[in-house]
Amino acid sequence: MKASNLMRVAVASITRNKTRTLLTMLGVIIGVSAVLVMLAVGNGARTRIQEQINDLGTNMIVITPGSSDSGGVSKGADSFNRLTVEDAQKLQREGFLVTAASPVIIAPCQMVGGGGNWRSAVMGVSVDYQTIRNWPVAEGRFFSAEESGSKRKVVVIGNTVANNLFPDQDPIGQRIRFRDVPFEVIGVLSEKGQTADGADQDDMAIAPWTTIQTRLAGRMFIGQILATTSSAEDIEPAKTEIRAILREAHDLADWEEDDFNVRDQSDIATAAQGTTEVMTLLLAAIAGVSLLVGGIGIMNIMLVSVTERTREIGIRMAIGAHTNDILLQFMVESVILSMSGGLIGVACGFAAAALLGQLTGWQMTIQVSTIVLALGFSMCVGLFFGIYPARKAAGLNPLDALRHE
Amino acid sequence: MIVRDTPVIRTEGLTRVFSTGANRVRALSDVDLVVESGEMISLVGSSGSGKSTLMNLLGCLDRATSGSYWLDGRDVSDLARNRLATIRNRRIGFVFQGYNLLPRTTALANVEMPLLYRRGDVPRLAGPEAEEALARVGLADRMDFEPNELSGGQQQRVAIARALVTRPSILLADEPTGNLDSRMSIEILALFQELHRQGLTIILVTHEREIVKYTRRTIELRDGMIVRDEPVIDRREAAADLSLPHDSIKVV
Repeated sequence: MKASNLMRVAVASITRNKTRTLLTMLGVIIGVSAVLVMLAVGNGARTRIQEQINDLGTNMIVITPGSSDSGGVSKGADSFNRLTVEDAQKLQREGFLVTAASPVIIAPCQMVGGGGNWRSAVMGVSVDYQTIRNWPVAEGRFFSAEESGSKRKVVVIGNTVANNLFPDQDPIGQRIRFRDVPFEVIGVLSEKGQTADGADQDDMAIAPWTTIQTRLAGRMFIGQILATTSSAEDIEPAKTEIRAILREAHDLADWEEDDFNVRDQSDIATAAQGTTEVMTLLLAAIAGVSLLVGGIGIMNIMLVSVTERTREIGIRMAIGAHTNDILLQFMVESVILSMSGGLIGVACGFAAAALLGQLTGWQMTIQVSTIVLALGFSMCVGLFFGIYPARKAAGLNPLDALRHE
Repeated sequence: MIVRDTPVIRTEGLTRVFSTGANRVRALSDVDLVVESGEMISLVGSSGSGKSTLMNLLGCLDRATSGSYWLDGRDVSDLARNRLATIRNRRIGFVFQGYNLLPRTTALANVEMPLLYRRGDVPRLAGPEAEEALARVGLADRMDFEPNELSGGQQQRVAIARALVTRPSILLADEPTGNLDSRMSIEILALFQELHRQGLTIILVTHEREIVKYTRRTIELRDGMIVRDEPVIDRREAAADLSLPHDSIKVV
């Protein structure tokens, strides 16, 4: 039989019972939309995480105080904070691969200015901080090396602090008092939003670490040392180098463990992506199960259809259909069923992904390869689950089939 | 009428045995039959006489247990399944018992169906041939009707058009008037007689004695054997009978 005739016959058979056709396709529709949504969510989450990680800075290495371990009892990360400003300076000086390093001295305090006050933290950093974190100012300017060297009381504030202390005035040139020490606001940082774990990155102020260390009194600690390399390839060797320099600086014996942690963005990214992978896996399981169920549904209906249409098969054979004509007709029918289901599924998947994108604010992307994959998969479902009913139909004896009531 | 050297149908010792478990039923035994081109034959016999079995064998729907069958001079006794399908498609027009049309499918699509299964170099469009066949049975104005929108007689005409559309050597009809009232039966017989006049070879199976009169030769089967094979003497013309008053037509 000619391919065009085959299609005509198959389409005519399928459209003869529209409700049943739609119900048959439902499993595949759900399966394919699930596949699409799954991949869109996966992509969206990946993009989102990538954005957040890039926000942290480029080629950034984060050194945090390590946990001390005495007699098998871990005391947590801050229990044994031995990071010092000198460590940062030593890294800058001796680190061959480290292009810049900045300590981050954290001094929590009540900020007073603009007629109000706000509980936050001021951070003492070096001029390289801006480069390392890749963080431009929205207004004003960042402090200079001279200002840092001469311990000037200048501050660059985060967006949240600016909004809270100076809701309706220009913060540049205003004064803020940290622990009763007045600072001049010289810039406002651009908005970065939340980190992957939900902390507000804009809720802080930045001043030269020299100023913070000498002018402010009270509790402060080095939260971290940030370092950067000139290229992504240097990150791993730089981490080794940093470890060696810091072990030397902390005078650690060979048998002692590091009293600090050295991480880069890929470590952070791996941790963050674990969550989305679980989600993707879950959706993949749903998609797989519904495609399987959809396929069984198609096989089921095709088997019913073969029984119901035994007489038709008999007639077709009696007037000259070859075994293959019948086989192909039923195969084409089941493939058309599954492919149409796949197409409707793609449409539903697009709609669902768009809706989810709206709700989560994530960028949902559906690639062409995804659609091709989904349609290819649904075609395979049709082929695989269509074979058995089609063989059953083609194996009928024409005379018996004709007499079938 | 063209008389050819080779008969349309020739059988020698055609035998069909059905075995169900230990039972062996000899439905047809040693049937020798010759049908020349242009004949119009009625095949009669009580139920179980083997007439349907013979019809199925002649229609290549079934294979004989033993014996030979030549269709158009070609031995078709031992052909494989798909070859038989091609023979059915090309050379045999079969009007099945109870119409056997595809439901929810237009008359035209039903008639087109055998053309879709034609093999080899064939015209792309089946439409014109199917329309012509429907016109031949007088249904030119009912092409787009589905079976449930047609009367029994019209459905039978569609079935006949489907049998004719491939221009077969022979038309086989199994109880063509079985489900029809007398007037419709006569109409169908008139159609068969007209087709016969145009040169078609026709064999029809019937259990109604009256139908025999509209054919030229009658063969009676009993217990799987031919017991009578003779020309029909008191012939009737269906076309003439149709012009008689309605209540005077009696079949059965």
